[in-house]
Amino acid sequence: MTMTAERELLPRTGPNGIWSWITTVDHKRIGIMYAVTAFAALFIAGLEALLIRVQLIGPNQEFLSADAYNQLFTMHGLTMVFGVVMPIGAAFTNYLLPIMIGARDVAFPRLNAFSYWLFAFSIVLMMSSFVLGGAPDGGWFGYAPLSTELREVVRMDFFSVGAQLLGVASIAASINFIATIFTMRAPGMTMLRMPVFVWMALVVAFLLVFSLPIFGVGLFQLFFDRNLGAHFFSSGGDPLLWQHMFWLFGHPEVYVLILPAMGIVSEILPTFSRKPLFGYPFVVFSGIAIGFMGFGVWVHHMYTAGLGPLAEAGFGVSTLMIAVPTGVKIFNWIGTIWGGRVRFEVPMLFAIGFIAMFVIGGLSGVTHSVVPADTQQHDTYYVVGHFHYVLFGGAIFGFVAGAYYWFPKWTGRMLNRTLGLWHFWLMLIGFNLTFAPMHILGLNGMPRRTYTYPEGLGWGFWNAIASIGAFIIGLSFLIFLYNVVRSARRGAIAGPDPWDGRTLEWSIPSPPPPHNFDEIPHVTSLDDYWHQKYTTDEEGRAVRIAEREDPAPAAEHHDIHLPAPSFYPIVAAAGLVTMGYGFVYLPAGLVAAWIGALITISGLFGWSLEPIDGEAAT
Amino acid sequence: MTLSEMTAGTAGHEAEHHDVIPIRKVAVWVFLASECMFFGAMISTFLLYRSTTGDGPGAEIFNLAFTSASSFVLLMSSLTMVLAHHAYERRDLRQARVWLTGTGLLGITFLSGQIFEFTEFVHGGLKLSTSPFGSAFYMLTGFHGAHVAIGVLMLLGMVILSLDGRIYARRGLNIELVGLYWHFVDIVWIVIFTVVYLLQV
Repeated sequence: MTMTAERELLPRTGPNGIWSWITTVDHKRIGIMYAVTAFAALFIAGLEALLIRVQLIGPNQEFLSADAYNQLFTMHGLTMVFGVVMPIGAAFTNYLLPIMIGARDVAFPRLNAFSYWLFAFSIVLMMSSFVLGGAPDGGWFGYAPLSTELREVVRMDFFSVGAQLLGVASIAASINFIATIFTMRAPGMTMLRMPVFVWMALVVAFLLVFSLPIFGVGLFQLFFDRNLGAHFFSSGGDPLLWQHMFWLFGHPEVYVLILPAMGIVSEILPTFSRKPLFGYPFVVFSGIAIGFMGFGVWVHHMYTAGLGPLAEAGFGVSTLMIAVPTGVKIFNWIGTIWGGRVRFEVPMLFAIGFIAMFVIGGLSGVTHSVVPADTQQHDTYYVVGHFHYVLFGGAIFGFVAGAYYWFPKWTGRMLNRTLGLWHFWLMLIGFNLTFAPMHILGLNGMPRRTYTYPEGLGWGFWNAIASIGAFIIGLSFLIFLYNVVRSARRGAIAGPDPWDGRTLEWSIPSPPPPHNFDEIPHVTSLDDYWHQKYTTDEEGRAVRIAEREDPAPAAEHHDIHLPAPSFYPIVAAAGLVTMGYGFVYLPAGLVAAWIGALITISGLFGWSLEPIDGEAAT
Repeated sequence: MTLSEMTAGTAGHEAEHHDVIPIRKVAVWVFLASECMFFGAMISTFLLYRSTTGDGPGAEIFNLAFTSASSFVLLMSSLTMVLAHHAYERRDLRQARVWLTGTGLLGITFLSGQIFEFTEFVHGGLKLSTSPFGSAFYMLTGFHGAHVAIGVLMLLGMVILSLDGRIYARRGLNIELVGLYWHFVDIVWIVIFTVVYLLQV
């Protein structure tokens, strides 16, 4: 009884049923599908990490074979980067970007659906490798010539084909986001009135558009070396070329992973400090600066490759310099909290956790820019500790903060606060127990990517601590999963603006109707929604403007054009992945490759002839 | 429905969406920027391996006169593309169709030249698996050829779609966007021709 009554309080969000989700082109639904897929991938990658930690819990363990260990650490890296952190960024961007700039959808809704399906199928392709001839086992970086050897097994073909397809999906999504930001902002939403999250999404999209093609070329070269006898990296070719190709993509990729979380935190801190973001232009322009400089530091991954003192000194300096815009942001965030009326809700705790953990990861990162120090740390657990502090302590903390913050917007219901507090403290403690000891292990010489270690080197104690910490992290995420599942059905009703937010998404119902805005808003300032709610008195304090009447119940809007659902995007994506499977199993797979090509072409053909927003019907 | 009616309908629809900047054009420009990095990476690879010929043949295998002629053909196709676009602007659909077909045929001529050239080189002992030079050469020119082939498919597809008047600005495939792509593929060839063929002499 109460269930149904509560359910009726939530606005309707369009038709239901599996077919409506498969053919959807609604950016909000695509965002939710990205989030669910990435969340599932997070649990798989987390399981892989736990298996690794069980293996390393003490010296001379035989829980995993060397071969299984290689597959697990490679797939853990690939899944976390391409299947979790990137798509969670895409999930937030998909859901929030159009609403934050006052638009009804992204620029190309069907291309958006295509990006999602291609991503989801490619992740399935990569994970299916475990049962189809072995998972990639040459590291997520796939260094040649290790990756070009052993041509008779398909493992690294799954890597080159899967990553290639994921790249196509990401480029399509990025072009979509850039076009959306440049052309679909609401009247008055100038570039410098956009929320910081939108700015960071823009920088990320440009980073992907410019860096992924380089990786694509490298992956093609790897594929040709393995399958067509080319000589890009082996037998006469230069293996160093792969390292350049990979890190020219791989370093900008690091900022692709962290900038969305920085955007999220820049939205959360002002809301819970009840102050505008301190130095908005500095945060925006330092984000842009990180984007530019991100292309000029890739050689710091290659200090031990012997490129010579000139290159090493130059890239050492550029790496030191890129810490400056990052530091600017951290001071802006601290300045935002400073003197604010801080409410320690769960999103705020995770945001503060993000800042603290990211500072630790950033500082250990600066030590890598110093060439002699880096030469000592290279390929040790020190590096593993460092990048987990920025990618887990940074990106994942930021994303979880965003999940607690926007979950009410997505579902109309609040996540449980008590469970959220348990999640936060367990995750913070477990995270530091796991990754802080890795710095000590690394400085004591423990190498990365080695499946076991002998006794008597003094590594046993800290490894045991790290393994215990990893299970605490796992527990914290089980609590989170329970909280999400439970709150989605029975959480407290949130209402449109549960946190007293500042940006446009809080001005519409939770969950938003399919067309987002009944009336496209006219924006007059940064944090426009805040200024609709508050004005300042003589002493500069925020004073609530007299409560307006509740927004009228959404009337039927027959005049709003929404893009029609389409199943061609999923057809085109399925065709591409069929081609992918064919290429993995060359030469026998050539038939599958041709079939896949035909499916893709017919999907694209139907797509381009399909009437847009039902114009044929009129 | 005539072309002018269609474009008029289009303009009305676009105004409704507050489109000051044409959305599709922005997307294509960003895509082409991405393509620049794609070709840039392959050109860099070729520059790295331009003299790493191993036991196989090197640049002496090129027939500069032949490739210059086929490059000229490709450059002329940019001219016919401009004429097609110009005819379209004048609402002269029949002329536009003629120039589009012409552009496609010039593209096919270029591709035939490339296939002939590849066959000659393979007979001369240069394969993808001969040397890093061979690998880099075939990858770079091959991916460019694939871009030309996709362009030809789009051009001819537009001609076929235009036969029953179904070509207008709102479609994904429209003459201005295909024109942008086609000119880009031509410009990339100028770079490739310079780097691969001319710098080797």
